[in-house]
Formats: sequence, C-alpha cells, structure tokens
Amino acid sequence: MAVELIKERKAVAMTGNQAIAEAMRQINYDVVAAYPISPQTELMGFFAEYLANGLVDTEFVTVESEHSAMSAVIGAAAAGARAMTATAAQGLLYMYENLPIASNWRLPITMVLVNRALSAPLNIHCDHGDAMTARDSGWIQLFTENSQEAYHSLIAAVKIAEKALLPAIVNMEGYIVSHTIGNVNLLTDAEVREFIGESDWRTNVPHPLLDTDNPVTYGATALPDYYTELKYAQHVATFEAKKYVKEVLEEFNQLAGTDYKIIEPYKLEDADFAIVVMGSSAGVARTAADQLREQGIKAGVLKIRLFRPFPYEEVAEALKHLKAVAVLDRHDSANGLASPLFQDIATTLYHLPERPMLHDFIYGLGGREVTVEDMLRAFNRLINLYTGRETRDRYVEYLQVRE
Amino acid sequence: MAKRKKFVNIPVLTHLAEESHEWPYENPLAPGHRMCPGCSIPPIVNMALLEYGKDVVTGSNTGCLEVTTGVFPYTAWTVPWIHVAFENNAAVLSGAEAAYRAFKKKGKIDKEIHFVSISGDGGTYDIGFQALSGAAERNHNMLYICYNNEGYQNTGYQRSSATPIGAFTKTTPVGSKIVGKEEKRKDLTLIMAAHEIPYTAQANPFNYKDFTRKIRKSKDVKGFKFINVLQSCTLSWRTKPEDAFRVLKLATESLYWPLYEVIEGKFWRINVKPSKPKPIEDYIAMQPRWRHVLKMPEILDKIKEEIYTKWDFLLRMEKLSKELAEDLGFTLDEIFEMSWDEYQEKVKPKLKEKTYLS
Repeated sequence: MAVELIKERKAVAMTGNQAIAEAMRQINYDVVAAYPISPQTELMGFFAEYLANGLVDTEFVTVESEHSAMSAVIGAAAAGARAMTATAAQGLLYMYENLPIASNWRLPITMVLVNRALSAPLNIHCDHGDAMTARDSGWIQLFTENSQEAYHSLIAAVKIAEKALLPAIVNMEGYIVSHTIGNVNLLTDAEVREFIGESDWRTNVPHPLLDTDNPVTYGATALPDYYTELKYAQHVATFEAKKYVKEVLEEFNQLAGTDYKIIEPYKLEDADFAIVVMGSSAGVARTAADQLREQGIKAGVLKIRLFRPFPYEEVAEALKHLKAVAVLDRHDSANGLASPLFQDIATTLYHLPERPMLHDFIYGLGGREVTVEDMLRAFNRLINLYTGRETRDRYVEYLQVRE
Repeated sequence: MAKRKKFVNIPVLTHLAEESHEWPYENPLAPGHRMCPGCSIPPIVNMALLEYGKDVVTGSNTGCLEVTTGVFPYTAWTVPWIHVAFENNAAVLSGAEAAYRAFKKKGKIDKEIHFVSISGDGGTYDIGFQALSGAAERNHNMLYICYNNEGYQNTGYQRSSATPIGAFTKTTPVGSKIVGKEEKRKDLTLIMAAHEIPYTAQANPFNYKDFTRKIRKSKDVKGFKFINVLQSCTLSWRTKPEDAFRVLKLATESLYWPLYEVIEGKFWRINVKPSKPKPIEDYIAMQPRWRHVLKMPEILDKIKEEIYTKWDFLLRMEKLSKELAEDLGFTLDEIFEMSWDEYQEKVKPKLKEKTYLS
C-alpha cells in the first residue's frame, strides 16, 4: 500500500508541477497514463520518481501518444479505476477525439492541462488556446492562479468528477505556474485520502467493465432514434454539475481553511469598471485595480475559477451593475467575432434588462509577459470607450501587439 | 450466472462444441446482431471468446463488428465490451487491464479476468497500428485478434494496407490505366512477431481446431498476444454467402494465408503444410473483387512471387527454430505444446545459456 509520507500539514516551496505530482501521490490514483509534452513532462517525471520508490500503488501506463493516453484512462475508468492523465497544447488536440466520449459516458476522469499555446507558430509557453478547444467537450474545467490553487484543485477535482460523474480538467498555466516556485500548504496524506475516499472499482463508476457478472456494453451506436435523448441526458448532467462543484469546494474549504468559490469577485460591489480574467493574470489585474482605486476610479476584477459548466448566474450577479467590463481572453479564436470568454460573458449578460458595455482584449499569447501596465492600459481603453473619448470598430482588440 | 439457452448459429460451432473441453455459456455474441448473411466474423468472435469463458473484458475498434453488435438500446454482447473510437482499442484495453492489475495487487478483486480486443484490419493494420504497437511493446496481458477482411468493409470497401495487389476496391478501381491496388499487402503478422511479444499467430476460422487451439494457447500465455485471422467478406469480396468457408479453406490450401505461430519472435512453427498446394488461381477465381487478375499475367506473377517467397521464408524460419529447439534439448513441438509457465521455467534459462552467456 501507498506509504504515508506527510503526516502533518506543512508549507513548502514548490513549482506547480511539483505540487501536482504531490497531489497525485496523495490521491494515489489507480491508473495514470501519460505521454511527454512540455511543460507537462516534468510533472510526470516527479510522479514517476514516487512510483519508482514505491510511494504509490498506481499503475503508470507510459503510452506511445496522447491519443492512447486518453484512450487508456477511458478504458481504466470504464473498468472501474480512479484514472488521470496530464497534457498540454498539441497533446490535448491529439487526444481530442476521445474527450466528448469520456464526458458522454460520464466517466470521472481527471486531467491536468498545463496550458500551452497551440501551433503554429510552435511555442511551448502559456496561453489558454488548448483549454479553449476543450470548452465544448463536456468536461468540467477549473482554472487556477498559482501552485497552491492547482494542488488544491486537483484534489477537489477528483471528488467533483466522481460526484458529478463527469470528467474534469484542472488548468495550470505552463511555466508561469508549472515551473515557478511558490508557497504551497500541503494537506496530510490522511486528510487527502479521507476527503476523496477510498477507490473501489465497484463504486467509482456505476457500471464497471470489471464486473463480469453484470456485463455491460460501452460505446454502442445510437442512431437518430436515440442520439438526441443520450445527448440530452448529458446536457442535464452538465447543468447539474455546477451544484456538485459548489458542494465539493465548500467541503474542501472546511477541510483546508480556504475560501474557494466558483468565481472570485474582487472589489466589484461598488465598482464601475472591471476586468474579467482567468488564471495567473488575475493577481496582476487586482494590482492594477488597486492602483486605479488610489486615483479614485472604482475598478474591480472578476476571476473565473469554474469555466465549464459556465457559472452564468453567478457571473451575471457579479457584473450586472457595472458600467463597462473588459474581458481578457488569453486566446484568439480567429473567428471574426470575439474570443471564447468574451462570448460567454456576452451571452450571460444579454438577458439582463440593463447590462454593462463589453470589450474583448486578447492578451498573453504564447507566454507574452502580462504586466500591471498592460492591465492599466486595458482599463484605460475601456474607460475611454465608455466615456466616448475613444471609439472602436471592433469588439475585440489585441492588448500587447507591436504593430 | 444461470445457464441460459445455448445458441448454435452456424454449423462450424456444432463441431466446436464436440471439440471444446467446455461449453458452459451462451455464445458471447448473441443472435440478433446485424452482420451480413455469410459473414465470417461471428464464428471468429464466438469461437475465440467461448475459449475465454465469461470472466473476460472485450473491446473493438470501430468497424463491422462494432456497428452491427451494439445499436442502442440493444447489444449482442453477453460479455463486457467497450468501443471508444476507430484506432484505439489496444490502448483502451491496456488501460482496463492496468486498472485490473491495480485492484488485483491491492487485493480488491479476486477473479482472473482476461482482456480480448477484436478489431478489423483497417483499425489494426492502418489507423490503429500505433496503439497496437504501443500496447504490444508495453506487453499488457491481453489478446488482440485482427479479423482481416482486407479492406474497409464497413464504409463500403476502400483499400487498406491489408488489401492484396490487384484487388478491386472503391479507392482502387479497375480502370484502363490502373488495375486495382498497385501495392502488395502489408504483412502485419511478421511485424507483430518482430515486436517479440510472447505469442503471435496467423489463423483461419475454417481450420477451427487450429484456431481454437491458438486461442487456448493465448489464454495460457502471459503478456501481449496477437492473432491475425483471415475473414471472408461476402459483400466486398463478392463471394457467395454459402462460400464463406470454402474460400477461406482455399486461402490456406493455396499458401495465400499460411497458418503459423511464433513465440517471442524466436520460435516459428508452421501449423498446416499442404502436401500439394492448390493453385492460387483457384482461390482468386472465387472472388469477383479480384478475379480480373487471372487474365493479367504480370499481376498474377507478382502475387505468386509474394506468396511463394513468403512461404519459403516461413519454412526457413521454422527450420532455424527446430535447430534452436534441438540445441536446447527440446523438439519444436514440445516448446509450443508446453505451458507458458513451463516455457519460462525450462526453455528460457537454456536459451540464455546457449546464446549470450556462451
């Protein structure tokens, strides 16, 4: 059995990848399947060392591709295992075919996505382009700001996935979080294992393949007579998942003394202008908002933690009274309209009788550094658009481009 | 599980019932599936899985077997079965097998469960080759059966890398400039043997004794097993439904589809040696998809060259294997007939001694 290594809570300095590997050790997954891709490689390396030293019971399937990584965790989860993989960018796209299958089958798989820009041009640094491709895959998606949050989120995600019976992605930004040392308060092994509960193939999924006395068919064809009903079942499950995310985060807060919510408003109650953002840039945006408040401008920030299912009710409540909102998209959908987060926010606010003006900024592509000055520029442009001092011909603009 | 009514849906299975040591369960593939009349997939699946019993997890890539056996809300599978996509069943079952090992080592599951993937040549030779090669290299304890009908039959017969030279398919039509497929078929059995997996075999459901013996062998061998089974397609080969097994019989009798088996890439044994091989023309003549080549001596010559040089190669491999077996103090038959545990215990140490330690 897995060794109990951390018997008392402790604070350590860790990179995001180390923190995730630590969470994986404590969770003690039944099956992990992965294929190397930067910036995820290091994470699996740390985990493999735990394995090599007998600290976990996990079966580590070192597959020959990401497509097989997702296939193997689907096979493992359908068999009844608590299964996990991690990838980034091209790796996610290569395995993509299997993502909607995992979610329609309601398999509680967890995946760490170490966010990296999509090719071309090839780039190994952070943006959210990979996560955005999975936005319609039916997976729960959590975004995280730092190593601490990534560590906590993976532990919570195991329980969220198993309660909601949906697969879950924990996004951790490549290099910015994955390779940057930060303070991480570790829970004890016993606390983590008690929180997620013991893995049992009979109960992890409702119909395990390993139950040969009750044989089941996974992956039947459904033609026009049933396809709609089977998609509707998933549609309902996805809407209901938000409830489980809230429940589990609340349980987790009680355990760890944290205050995680599905969205994180910062000084929004009395704000006129706000930035909506996900991931590590939230901290930069908060600093910019504070600086503006010193100048008498009522600025705030909304950080989205739960990206899928999109918490539209909470977001509408948080933003409805604002004058103008800048949505920061760390990805360009190149669709001739605007990027995904903007579209989600716009859809969310459309139904309100009165709604803030919206503007979309594309920022931080391919690891481009995000500074307080960038955030101030976004705020200023937004305020100038709102007051009519400046005009626009599009809803979407690049924030940091050299023209 | 209560014994249910036993279904016998084709004549060859009545023979099997007499041959087999046990007939404890209903057919793994229940009647009511949607395969074509005269399709030889169902007997392959039933013969194979009957030998494995009920504690088995099976799966398939997308293909004929998949689309005809699980159409929601019905299923023809009486054993656990999983289909994810076209190319990944080897990876899917490797994950399921890893899950089983994880619970087994923690003492959370008692029974012995086997893993069997059954997929067509498109999902095996072509799009699924990477997942197959990966699972083989990682040596998961599973059997992979390829039912090889030499083309993409589920999508209406396009060429695959298993399609033989000269054959008509919808992507290699017979035209005035190009006649059918221009390239010879890929020899996947050789490729899998080169992976040095514990057990590789080529089989033919017509030779059901040989086929089911190979399946039993695979059940005993620990690690990755690959069996390539020729399967006639009444729809695309355009053979008559009632000729399914006649054409398969000729495939082996004409040396087009030799039956042989390989242990760890080291010991090669040919299972059927026709004393007087039938002319390949007889085999080709039964298949309207291919018989135009009978009037084309150049293509026919290439077909013959491929078949006879391959047969010669196999004879030579068997000869070398016999020599190796004798050097170790066994006959080749003894090596193939002993259990896997015995092989590990008796043959492996001697193999080590005779080769790299000497």
